[in-house]
Amino acid sequence: MSGARHLYVHLPFCAHRCGYCDFVTLVDRVDQHDAYATALVAELALERDVLAQQLETVFVGGGTPTFTEPHALARVLESLPPANEVTVEANPETVTPELAALLRSHGVNRVSLGAQTFRAHLLAALERRADADTIRRAVGVLRTAGFDNVSLDLIYGIPGQSVADLDADLDDALALTPEHISAYELEAKPGTRFTYSHGEELQRQADAMETYFEHVVDRLTGAGYRWYETANFCRRSGDRDLRSRHNLGYWHGRDYLGIGIGAVSTLGERRWRNAPRLASYIAALAAGEAPPREHEPLSHDVKRRERVMLGLRLDEPLELSGVRAALDVAALARMRTLGLAELVHDAGAGDAVRLTPRGRLLGGGVTAELLT
Amino acid sequence: MPQQRIRNFSIIAHIDHGKSTLADRILELTHAVSKREMREQVLDSMDLERERGITIKAQAVRVEWKGHQLNLIDTPGHVDFTYEVSRSLQACEGALLVVDAAQGTQAQTLANAYLAIENDLEIVPLVNKIDLPQADPDAASREIADLIGDTPDHVLRISAKTGIGVEDVLDAVVERIPPPNGDPDAPARALIFDSSYDEYRGVVAFVRVVDGSFSTREPLRAMALGTRFEAQELGFFAPTRTDSRTLTAGEVGYVITGLKDVSKLRVGDTLTSERRPASEPVPGYKDVKPMVFAGLFPTDSDDYPELRDALEKLKLNDAALFYEPETSQALGFGFRCGFLGLLHMEIVRERLEREFDLDLLVTAPNVAYRVKPPNQEAWREVHTPSDLPDEIEEVEEPYIKASIIVPKEFVGAVMELNNDRRGRFDHLEYLSEERVHLTYELPLAEIVLDYYDQLKSRTRGYASFDYDLVGFRPGKLVRVDVLVGGEPVDALSLIVHRDFAYERGRALVERLREEIPRQMFDVPIQAAIGSRVIARETVKARRKDVLSKCYGGDISRKRKLLEKQKAGKKRMKQVGMVEVPQEAFLAVLNLNGDRK
Repeated sequence: MSGARHLYVHLPFCAHRCGYCDFVTLVDRVDQHDAYATALVAELALERDVLAQQLETVFVGGGTPTFTEPHALARVLESLPPANEVTVEANPETVTPELAALLRSHGVNRVSLGAQTFRAHLLAALERRADADTIRRAVGVLRTAGFDNVSLDLIYGIPGQSVADLDADLDDALALTPEHISAYELEAKPGTRFTYSHGEELQRQADAMETYFEHVVDRLTGAGYRWYETANFCRRSGDRDLRSRHNLGYWHGRDYLGIGIGAVSTLGERRWRNAPRLASYIAALAAGEAPPREHEPLSHDVKRRERVMLGLRLDEPLELSGVRAALDVAALARMRTLGLAELVHDAGAGDAVRLTPRGRLLGGGVTAELLT
Repeated sequence: MPQQRIRNFSIIAHIDHGKSTLADRILELTHAVSKREMREQVLDSMDLERERGITIKAQAVRVEWKGHQLNLIDTPGHVDFTYEVSRSLQACEGALLVVDAAQGTQAQTLANAYLAIENDLEIVPLVNKIDLPQADPDAASREIADLIGDTPDHVLRISAKTGIGVEDVLDAVVERIPPPNGDPDAPARALIFDSSYDEYRGVVAFVRVVDGSFSTREPLRAMALGTRFEAQELGFFAPTRTDSRTLTAGEVGYVITGLKDVSKLRVGDTLTSERRPASEPVPGYKDVKPMVFAGLFPTDSDDYPELRDALEKLKLNDAALFYEPETSQALGFGFRCGFLGLLHMEIVRERLEREFDLDLLVTAPNVAYRVKPPNQEAWREVHTPSDLPDEIEEVEEPYIKASIIVPKEFVGAVMELNNDRRGRFDHLEYLSEERVHLTYELPLAEIVLDYYDQLKSRTRGYASFDYDLVGFRPGKLVRVDVLVGGEPVDALSLIVHRDFAYERGRALVERLREEIPRQMFDVPIQAAIGSRVIARETVKARRKDVLSKCYGGDISRKRKLLEKQKAGKKRMKQVGMVEVPQEAFLAVLNLNGDRK
């Protein structure tokens, strides 16, 4: 084993917790940013052996990584091993020329910007702090600083969102010509403040989202974007592959190391998740020990099933060798009859399976059918 | 005991008019049971009966009163067991007719009184619950006297609860009810009026000796079925089992047969001695046939063997219960069960769930049909709607005579209900200024689903109802099939009158559209008579079924969600390509509720 080639770094701090968010986030805590950075660097050193010498990708996610104190953020970025793709997540209101310069000078070459929506009333519903101009200004700042790989996150199914709102969001996003767009449906987790205050409207949106997803796919592919993963689109641009190489690592079932609170690592048949508690994380690493973790062994069978679940999210075919045992042949025949899945014969690569565009819209149900 | 000193009698009453309480008081007064030992209502042994206030299994208890032997034969209290009641009454010379002083005559009072009159019984009328503040013993006495052609001053007034007047009741039994008058020297004959099953001793028959006498170890024969056995033990209940070695003309008691199959000894049959057999049986034996049928399926198909064992055990004590294995493409393996009526079905189902801890799916009940296919002489019985052939020359369905008593202001509501249910008006009679007795003829099929509920809700609970089967009548009946995704679903077929077919088919497909979740393709739901589609709905295909976010941090969670989705699919029943939840199969059950 030459080691994992993908690294995820979690920076949990946020200026404010948005009502719909269910990530591991911590509001404010500016006084702890430095101690957390120290702990992160320590965990990375502790696990350095599981990583390859040369990494393919690093992804710094959050929280709002760019809300982290610049000094602490710089220390984290400095400690990272070299990689071909280094992505940092940012909220538009945090993107200043200074921040852009800091990221550039530390080898970051891709920024994923949490725009979510350009409509003022929808931003308010999501409790986001940026407005449409802030988003546009942030993209401008990044372009000026030399970033040629910018991704925008969009959310649909927001309480109060109409089809016209969605169309306007897509227009505004496309006008910024981002290299990459992620479009998610709003997932309102039961029990969150958000679900509580928007209950009925969310039910209405759930019905509307059936058609919204299709609409998003139609609009973005119509504008020349490649729908390469269920929720992800990239611009077709000559010989540049603008897909998120880091996330492709997950979808291809590759090993990855995740550091920071709540971060998950998958290495062969081991998977663990760091406990999502800041104090114990900092304390353990200060003592030179691994942070508290929850371990989940992965059997061959489970690995195969995950491989199918993840692989069928992509537009490229999933090779059958290695996953055959997880597939129900009769179900595959049924899904082919229904025009939801297709077999791809390739003399060189061997047989593979792929979902049709309609199959991808129903990917969850189709995958549940296909798995043994 | 010489027959002159024997009195055999039953207590008959509408439900809750105090039959069991009176029986308890009689046992107490005759010292058959001491007050301390007394479990309330000793004659009703099963929990379920106690809870519902219904006596399912008749028993006979012997007590002594002023030098006489009194045999109290308890009768089942419900319409489904009319035949058993009539056999119990046949074993008596008299009956105590109990009427609640506050409620007056009710539907079962009438039905029971008519049964008693048919059996030539001496009726001792009594008004119970005279201690209640709302009691009107004068009015109740007048009603009951009118009913049986007696005078009001002849009606006893009692309170079984407090014991007032119960001694007079016992005196009246001795004075008014005639003794048995069988021939003690004739060849032995005994009427079987009930039977039960004991795990160790086999079938126990409850008998009334008509002529001659029986003794232990005697070879016996049941005359109608031809079953032969030896009497292992003879005796009576007082109220505990007492071995008496002989039973003589006029006496009531039990015979332990050692038979292992309850169906070999049917209620109404006559026992005789093999040594000197009687030439004629006691008249009146009937082979009782189940009229209401339903499919019973275990919710979890792994419970099928448990369900089979449970039905076998129930059948031992319930000769009227019929069952045969059934397979439904939709519900898997189960049983088609036949019942005497709705209450019988309800009791069996509750016993299966309670005593055997089974989770059951019970399909909508239907009645038995008689069908004659074209160019064939023989009629055949159909117990499952999907078995009704496409080509039929004639089809008949069972009819009942319904007897309904209501306060006069509800007469209109009851007539409307009966007209909606294909009822044919028969008779209307004022029992008093306030209360009316209505009789109707109705197809049994029209009352099996929700008739009682409708009757009760439309009369604010005041109606009392009873019915009697009057036989099969031809009907304009058709089978409505349901096709889901083009595949016929056997468990959803129904037999309906041609005039209601469109309406019922429409309601059924609409209900199914709500019950069947959206699939990955359009699912047409059709109701059809033969090849003619009479109603159609479509469950539109889903357009999105995928979780949008899936990254390194939540692969495990997403995998578990997917596995849950997969497990959910496994719980569905597969009809062709369509996944149908079990609940959808019960949609037919709720249809009537939608009817106006």
